Amino acid sequence: MIRFDDVSVAYEKGATVLKNVSFAVEAGETVGLIGANGAGKTTLMRALLGLVGHEGSLTVDGLEVTKKNLPEIRRKLGFVLQNSDNQMFMPTVYEDMIFGPLNYGLSRAETDARVDAVLERLGLTDLKHRHNHKLSGGEKRMAAIATVLAMEPEVLLMDEPTSALDPRNRRLMIETIRTLPGAKVITSHDLDMIWDTCGRVILLSGGTVVADGPAQTILRDRELLEAHGMELPLRLAGL
Amino acid sequence: MNEMDRSLFALREMDELAAGDTPVHRLCPAAKLLTTIAYIAAVVSFGKYQLGGLLVLIMYPALLFSLSGVPVSTCFRKLRFVLPLVLAVGLFNPLFDRAPLLNVGGVAVSGGVVSMVTLMVKGVLCLTASFLLAATTPIDALCAALRQFRVPSLLVTLLLLTYRYVGVMTEELSVMTDAYRLRAPGQKGLHVSAWGSFLGQLLLRSADRAEELYGSMLLRGFRGEFTYAAGRPWTCRDTVWFAVWTALFVLCRVFDVAGLLGALLTGGMR
Repeated sequence: MIRFDDVSVAYEKGATVLKNVSFAVEAGETVGLIGANGAGKTTLMRALLGLVGHEGSLTVDGLEVTKKNLPEIRRKLGFVLQNSDNQMFMPTVYEDMIFGPLNYGLSRAETDARVDAVLERLGLTDLKHRHNHKLSGGEKRMAAIATVLAMEPEVLLMDEPTSALDPRNRRLMIETIRTLPGAKVITSHDLDMIWDTCGRVILLSGGTVVADGPAQTILRDRELLEAHGMELPLRLAGL
Repeated sequence: MNEMDRSLFALREMDELAAGDTPVHRLCPAAKLLTTIAYIAAVVSFGKYQLGGLLVLIMYPALLFSLSGVPVSTCFRKLRFVLPLVLAVGLFNPLFDRAPLLNVGGVAVSGGVVSMVTLMVKGVLCLTASFLLAATTPIDALCAALRQFRVPSLLVTLLLLTYRYVGVMTEELSVMTDAYRLRAPGQKGLHVSAWGSFLGQLLLRSADRAEELYGSMLLRGFRGEFTYAAGRPWTCRDTVWFAVWTALFVLCRVFDVAGLLGALLTGGMR
């Protein structure tokens, strides 16, 4: 579904953020992308979405990430930003949800049906006509996911989905992620959430992939994690 | 709540007013836009001494306030910064046009005073009508109506994004002002030494946020033109609304409705 083949990204000459990254994500997989601050997680996501340029081969469902293919690629990928305020730019939840589907040429009736289905699935029907600025942090995060799901993406990319959520909303988010269909790539420092939701983990450090394997193997490896600026998930740390 | 929060609240208040559900809100945005344009055209077409005829046109905003539930106080609170400018437009007229035009209770009123008041009334009526349009029509619906009238996409998108960007910038300014005040106890306002860096940071921060928002739009299929949600379609009710009001405006413009009403009342009283 997603294939990184020797991908490098540099924002300026000499300042390489990702170096020769290679891995693949198959349909239906849930992959946790972990690493210390500055490891290149967000850049990797942005490269995948064509928001930053890259070298090497980067494909989504067989389509090379190029300017020409971006509309099709972005239709397949749904990106939930870390800051929901940056994701929700329309006045109400409903207007935000219809923005993507209408842009992709869906009729109003089809769009409305999708919106209702997604809101019902996430248990957010009450939020439909609420103003975005009146939502709580947790509601806003869930609504941001709803706006992306309304586009029915094949892969869901989530950047720190549990940051700044209270324990109840965090648990709700974990349950939601578990029930969402399709492939998912989640970047987070919340390793307990990664443990709960991901079958596979990719550890990035200094812009390269240093480990790629089953979540429960990598997340138990204290030596590996500590060598790359991470720590064991709290549940394994014996705190 | 600091000044920035208040501004943000004011911006959002407009969005909330526009999201109401009254007979006026339910009209097609294009019909409201056309009626407002017709109203403004009628108002500005009155001559500088035709104050009486102009006053009859107050019925339009008055009825709109009543039907839409938009508080009159909100309108004048929001227009308080613009109104003085409008009121200042004809301020010098009494100096240049001193010829007596009316006699009110034995007091001669010069043409300059009448034209000044006429200009002021015109300004207030036009601003009030524009405010009512914005307060009863969401910005997206208004932009969609503009596109229906073939206003260039670039201009309309610019209008919409500017509206959104003002909100983003005000939010950033609010956060920065709070952070500043928390570390500058007892200071009133922003110290002049911090103005440069404050402004620079504000631009950088809001540009960053705008970039993120734009990225978010691109990821959801935005290609330079908003796909506006299909607003309310133009129905018979909208035709009636537009036609009746336009006819009334023309009537008020062609005939001296104020004079006729006055004569009728005076005649009735005799």
